[in-house]
Amino acid sequence: MRLDIRTPIGLMFSIFGGLLLVFGIVTEGDAIYERSLGINVNASWGAVLLAFGAAMLWLGRAHPAPPPVSDAPPEGPSPS
Amino acid sequence: MDQGIQLGGIDYVILAIYFVFVLGIGWALKAHQKTSEDFFLSGRSIPAWIAGLAFLSANLGAQEVIGMAASGAKYGIATSHFYWVGAIPAMVFVGVFMMPFYYGSRARSVPEYLKLRFDEKTRGFNAISFASMTVFSSGISMYALAKLFQVLLGWDFDFSIWISALIVLVYIYMGGLTSAIYNEVLQFFLIVLGFIPLVFLGLRDAGGWDGLVARLHGVATANGYPEGAWTQSWAHMGSPQSNPMGVEWFGMVMGLGFVLSFGYWCTDFLVVQRAMAADSMASARRTPLIAAVPKMLFPFLVIFPGMIAVALTYQGGDGFTLPRMADGTYDYTMSIPMMLGHYFPPGILGLGLTALMASFMSGMAGNVTAFNTVWTYDIYQSYIKKDGTDQHYLWMGRMTTIFGILVSVGCAYLATAFNNIMDFLQLVFAFVNAPLFATFLLGMFWRRATGHGAFFGLVLGTLAAAVHHGLTLPAGAAVGIKGGWLPGSPLHTYPSEMAQNFWTAIWAWTVCFVATIAISWLTRQKKSDDDLKGLVWALTPKIKEHGLPWWKTPEGLGALVLAMAVVLNAVFW
Repeated sequence: MRLDIRTPIGLMFSIFGGLLLVFGIVTEGDAIYERSLGINVNASWGAVLLAFGAAMLWLGRAHPAPPPVSDAPPEGPSPS
Repeated sequence: MDQGIQLGGIDYVILAIYFVFVLGIGWALKAHQKTSEDFFLSGRSIPAWIAGLAFLSANLGAQEVIGMAASGAKYGIATSHFYWVGAIPAMVFVGVFMMPFYYGSRARSVPEYLKLRFDEKTRGFNAISFASMTVFSSGISMYALAKLFQVLLGWDFDFSIWISALIVLVYIYMGGLTSAIYNEVLQFFLIVLGFIPLVFLGLRDAGGWDGLVARLHGVATANGYPEGAWTQSWAHMGSPQSNPMGVEWFGMVMGLGFVLSFGYWCTDFLVVQRAMAADSMASARRTPLIAAVPKMLFPFLVIFPGMIAVALTYQGGDGFTLPRMADGTYDYTMSIPMMLGHYFPPGILGLGLTALMASFMSGMAGNVTAFNTVWTYDIYQSYIKKDGTDQHYLWMGRMTTIFGILVSVGCAYLATAFNNIMDFLQLVFAFVNAPLFATFLLGMFWRRATGHGAFFGLVLGTLAAAVHHGLTLPAGAAVGIKGGWLPGSPLHTYPSEMAQNFWTAIWAWTVCFVATIAISWLTRQKKSDDDLKGLVWALTPKIKEHGLPWWKTPEGLGALVLAMAVVLNAVFW
């Protein structure tokens, strides 16, 4: 199992975050933000997602998962 | 629905990216599925934190998310009892006390544990009822989601069902349980990060926590309850009449806290499978404990939206309002979907809907992976083809994934035609599940409990649930699916459906517990102490993890988790 799940999670949220951030900046001041009480949630939450994604990617790189250690008991009663 | 939600291009882009990642994870794990154990148990190689989040996420289906918000609107903060009285203590119990048996016995499923501990018929009973339960519940949630997307977005009902079924099928077919677990972790973060801004905006609109409390006081008095009925979880539990749940503290603690929650978290293979996939005993025991920490915070994410929705609705004006159903009552299940549409502009709206989609997929994948394992190991390998090669069972697992999803889709369509039949089936399964915890408790802690005792105890417990349901009725309900179908009923009328459910569970558990003990005394124990080693508490060597500070041991972690739950209960008392 050499897929570190933090990498795809980090990647996906970085993309979501980047997308929302750019979309939020482009639509700044648009009437769509009347819904969200005048807050540009796309830009602000996009930035949060981007930071989360980047942190996940960094964790996956900087602290790779150690190889699994198994202290599972030896084969027990054979199930049939 | 008077106002459908219009999705913009960017929302579809976000949904599409999510689909790409979900399928990509399945594809990346394809090469690792070499044995049946890889496919069904992830080769027992999952680290604790991943297993923990998957443990949580598998339970976090769309029904849970939508249903908890609906309860939040209907019953207020008392809904948190499902978490802070129900789930958390049960999760600590399963991690500290039960995992040593589940993981240590090398059983590959919950029914298989029952076979090792008791006998073949007990396993068969559990395997068959569990397998049918999983396909039905995944069918019901598929129906609910397709219906929601139809109403909300105007999506074609068939399209919603088939596209989501196909995606779940592909990623499980390719990557087995590992793929389901990895995707559940992804879905977990998506659900959390998709709903936080919703709660933030809703709470802001309601005037913060103080504003919300003030508005909910109005909701409570308008419905004839004391002021704090929606905002205090314990203060009004003294009598069933003073809170909207219609239960008093004893029925709630015993029915919900003890029987239903322990029954679900400790014996439902859907969640237990995630811990069994952990890479070591230490990780398996920590899986539910790690899951308990975010679980405890989930009320803020799923119950708060419902409370906010009802508060704003009663306030009136041109702000947020819940839609009404045909009979004029509010449709509480629409709390989260309507809030998404009300507060989220295009862009983040795509994220919110993707989160809803993710919660649905994680719930469905949980059901499908549990189904294919129980079917392949406990039904197919046990009764149909005993001597297949491992490759044959791996193949069977893949075929069962296809078969299970097709049956689920069939159930979803069945639900469109016969809504009552699905309600009825869910009820029957609730009858089966409630007594099961008594069987496990006795099986794990009393070596004298016998196979006959367990089997007939379960059957009698299930019957007791049915009889109790047949003799009682919730106030104002019609005879039929809600109960009261036995002659001579109703012997008792409960203030609410919830109260009736809790007491049905209490009766089922008690009858199963007493009957199992009585029948065990009357029958011979066929398993020697040696057979029961690793399966019963007294005959299992205690696990000691040396060199850890107390708060890093499972017991210490469990105590910390419980202390946090006590604090939360006190804060919202």
